[in-house]
Amino acid sequence: MSRALANRLTPYMFMAPAVVIMTMALLYPLMYMVWGSFRDWNPSQTIGEAEFVGLKNYITLWNDPNFHESLGVTLRFAFFVVGFEMLIGVGLALLLDRNIRGMSVLRTLFILPMMIAPVVVGLMWRYMYHPTVGTFNRFLDDVGLPKVDWLGQHALGSIIIADIWQWTPFIFILSLAALQSLPRSALEAARIDGATAWQQIIHIKLPLMMPVLIVTCLLRLIDAFKVLEVILVMTEGGPGLSTEILALRISRTATEFRELGVAAAMSNYLLVLLLAFTVAMFAFTSLQEKRAARIRAAVEEDE
Amino acid sequence: MSTKYEKQNPAFYVLIAILVFMSIGPVLLMFMNSFKLDVDIISGTSGLLFLPTIQNYEKALCDVLWYEPDHVDFCSLKFGGAFINSLFIALISTFLTLVIGCMAAYALVRFRFMGRDTASLTTLMVRMVPPAVLLVPVFGLWNNEFCLDKEGLVGGFIRDTFGGRGDVCLAGTHSGIILIYVAMNLPFVIWILQSFIVQVPRSLEEAARVDGAGPFQVFFKVVLPLIKPGLAAAAIFTFRIAWNEYLLASALSDRNTKTVPILIVNNMSEFNVEWGVIMATGMLLAIPPIIFTLFASRQIITGMTAGAVKG
Repeated sequence: MSRALANRLTPYMFMAPAVVIMTMALLYPLMYMVWGSFRDWNPSQTIGEAEFVGLKNYITLWNDPNFHESLGVTLRFAFFVVGFEMLIGVGLALLLDRNIRGMSVLRTLFILPMMIAPVVVGLMWRYMYHPTVGTFNRFLDDVGLPKVDWLGQHALGSIIIADIWQWTPFIFILSLAALQSLPRSALEAARIDGATAWQQIIHIKLPLMMPVLIVTCLLRLIDAFKVLEVILVMTEGGPGLSTEILALRISRTATEFRELGVAAAMSNYLLVLLLAFTVAMFAFTSLQEKRAARIRAAVEEDE
Repeated sequence: MSTKYEKQNPAFYVLIAILVFMSIGPVLLMFMNSFKLDVDIISGTSGLLFLPTIQNYEKALCDVLWYEPDHVDFCSLKFGGAFINSLFIALISTFLTLVIGCMAAYALVRFRFMGRDTASLTTLMVRMVPPAVLLVPVFGLWNNEFCLDKEGLVGGFIRDTFGGRGDVCLAGTHSGIILIYVAMNLPFVIWILQSFIVQVPRSLEEAARVDGAGPFQVFFKVVLPLIKPGLAAAAIFTFRIAWNEYLLASALSDRNTKTVPILIVNNMSEFNVEWGVIMATGMLLAIPPIIFTLFASRQIITGMTAGAVKG
């Protein structure tokens, strides 16, 4: 083999293992799923043995009020979780962006919740929400307030609180990193011009952080659609269907009801939804990047 | 260090204290409860005054203990075996993901070749696929299609050697779970390692080339040592996901290959919850990630920012 040919082949040799694995365990399964969603398919059949039913699975889902219910739960969950986490996380970052002793220790303590298994987070909170032995109701009892039915009537809210506990630090850390990499000159210039702390945040810090914030928001949004274990452990989707998010419904349909075709169609709906979010967010990012670049340029001109 | 610390308002420190308490409070609560008897957890007689006991841990680990604790009559919770499965699956899949991901990231950064843009874009896209979406096809494929025919040479050999009557399928094996974890983590690892490899000076690689090193030698001897921080960050994230994952593991494992998260969920859904034992198993599952966090928080933060800012 000539040297030139060997050199041409090198990149393919480096790529090959990754391409093989990702094709075998991601791309092929995804195509397989699309294919399976048109079939009346159960787990004991290969896809070839399953009967072709066209769009039946999609139509069944479209007319199924329970599916709409869990779609609604999923969207509500994602919306509130991401909204609150962004507000609290960015707010804390703006507040704590100072030179203080022990900041690295603090950051370590803050990222701890993120590293713990969702299953464990679920059981921790299920204990704290327990109607009689749980921490919260005991506390309410001690101060003489009425107990709250955390995982009953308010289950979705309680789950949202647990997720906020676990993932706000993610946004906090990323916003803090973004804040600390802002051009010092821009902030200095604004201070000399007599801008108040609030004006600095609104007109300089936030617009310059925006590209990072949008990506952070997107990552959290995608993750919010992946949450499953916490809910499974805390409420198992109940009471009723009030916390049965789409991911949980997919796994139920596939493993409990053994309707792989319907579950595949449901997964496709979810995938399209995520794709739409991603595209929208990327479009928005490029817009905000241009704005941030304009602000940077304006500041540099000032000097 | 020469950085000057500004003096802060006392209210500021109060805020920080509250945040720290909120952040690690639940973990500490679980830690304490894992040393309490169920009677103490349920009666709730004062949070801090109790006689610590390791009974819960003994009960959880009963199948790997070298002695027989007298309060355990029947070892129903096979935690030890699941723990070993978890460890095996997480370590192997982390190692494979790193090697394969690193090579791919290197090719994407350093070479121009046909199909490069497609590969890069696909990697970016599959990063958002949630495990729940993978569940259905992987469940179907691993159970029915990725099988070795029992009449065939290899399948027959495996069946005769390890027992079993039907075809040999990926479902229910360690390899089946490892394969899906490697695939799931690859996009993320390729993505963050790219941002580290870009920073390796080209001149170093060229110098090695001039000295007669082949492309693989350059990669393993020059590039890999220089991106150690990136590798550490990637390793922690991959390990965390493989260690914590529940959904795919529960669909793909059988009695002998199940991991700790499955064990915890199975015990939670039983009618009578033994809080003490559950908390102890939870704590055992949480310990490796907690240790990682304490020792490598700098790498974790670097990895998080590289993953997000470059995304």
